[in-house]
Amino acid sequence: MRICVDNDKCQGHNRCKTLAPDLFELDDYGYASAANDGNVPQDQEEKARLAIANCPEFAIEIVEE
Amino acid sequence: MDWEDKPVEDWATDYDIFDPEYVKDPKPVWNELRERCPVAHTKRWGGTWMATRYEDLREMVRMVPELSSRSVTVVPPSPELREELIAEAKVYGTENPPITSDPPEHKPYKQLILPFFTPKATESYRGFTENLCHDLIDRIVDKGTGKADAAADYAQQIPARVIAAILGIDPARGDEFTEWTQGILELGQTHPELRSKYRRVIRDFFAELVAQRREEPGDDVISTLIGSEVEGEPVSDHTVIGICNLLLVAGIDTTWSSIGASMWHFAGHPEDRRRMAAEPELFPTAIEEMLRFYGPVMMARKVLEPVEMSGASMCPGDKLILNFPAANHDPEVFDRADEVVLDREQNRHVAFGLGIHRCAGSNLARMEMDVALRVWFDRIPEFELSDPDAVTWAGGQVRGPRSIPVTFPT
Repeated sequence: MRICVDNDKCQGHNRCKTLAPDLFELDDYGYASAANDGNVPQDQEEKARLAIANCPEFAIEIVEE
Repeated sequence: MDWEDKPVEDWATDYDIFDPEYVKDPKPVWNELRERCPVAHTKRWGGTWMATRYEDLREMVRMVPELSSRSVTVVPPSPELREELIAEAKVYGTENPPITSDPPEHKPYKQLILPFFTPKATESYRGFTENLCHDLIDRIVDKGTGKADAAADYAQQIPARVIAAILGIDPARGDEFTEWTQGILELGQTHPELRSKYRRVIRDFFAELVAQRREEPGDDVISTLIGSEVEGEPVSDHTVIGICNLLLVAGIDTTWSSIGASMWHFAGHPEDRRRMAAEPELFPTAIEEMLRFYGPVMMARKVLEPVEMSGASMCPGDKLILNFPAANHDPEVFDRADEVVLDREQNRHVAFGLGIHRCAGSNLARMEMDVALRVWFDRIPEFELSDPDAVTWAGGQVRGPRSIPVTFPT
């Protein structure tokens, strides 16, 4: 699975970072981007889906299943 | 304005966000309006529209600048304060950026304050908050009565002291800050003279502090703001004072309401309370659920261009309330929307707003709620409402309980 964060949509709610800390990085302002080029290890896929389902801005997308 | 005391007959055309029954439990009104008239209107309190559907709010927060943040309060200021604000804005620009600003002015100011409120930055205040909460519980337990007011003795005491610590001010002044904030946000909504008075008190307090920090800078938030630049220009003292005012006022009533509403919930719902005491792994989802269910804040926008939405025709000059708490109960988005589900895994609530004006202090609020509830449950796992009828609520743009009498075994 590969994910990305749409940085036009992300407003820094940080729900993704809380739910899947290894899959996201924050900049100095708290805006998120996908860690590790968006590659999600298999054992973290459920966490990725949780982060996607809890983003209030619908900013996280699955690029590759 | 005695007509404002008349009872509401039709919530779609004459709602009153200060109506005591609505303040106590607004859910029936929200559910009715979402179905029947999702953008309602009232002439009360200066006249506003109010949007209650999740999807409408998602669209509205993106309508910038036609829905402007230059005025985010529902009730207009007194004519005198209005004149003063207009005159000041001509010289200094918007008063409390970023909350009262639109793009392009908004972004640099938001970026000025966001670094103070990242998860990492707010975690650094966890230790202070834990000690504070334990001290408050010590005081409650030491009385030996098995009685407390979970709002006044606990929830109310926390946010003012935490923000004082962050701003580098003696936390012992917390009670004054609470009084000032209530003067502006709570009582000031319906009493314009109090709003003017406390705005002056807060601005004078920070004016003195800014002058002091300019002489002797420290590594605190205020000193950082004094030395900062926006678009290559130093930020004026007038604006630094406005930002400090925002940081103080925005984080007190709001977080206190969220902690208080959670305490009220668990004091009145023994099954949920027992689960929290027995399964601390529930805290992360439970706190998000408390935010969804009891999220206290509604914000307003000023309409600058004609906007048509869900049957409403809004005109330039009108005001619009973004009712985030109502959106959080929208059954189109949330299963079992009017039930508290402590382990709700998917929870895209909008308690902190949406879009560019997302609450800058959301991580701080979450940390304070987490610590406040964990420490209380750790120290007083068994508690219940001693007199449900004695619980009082404050309402308007920030809704939360102000008195929650509880008993607990000694």
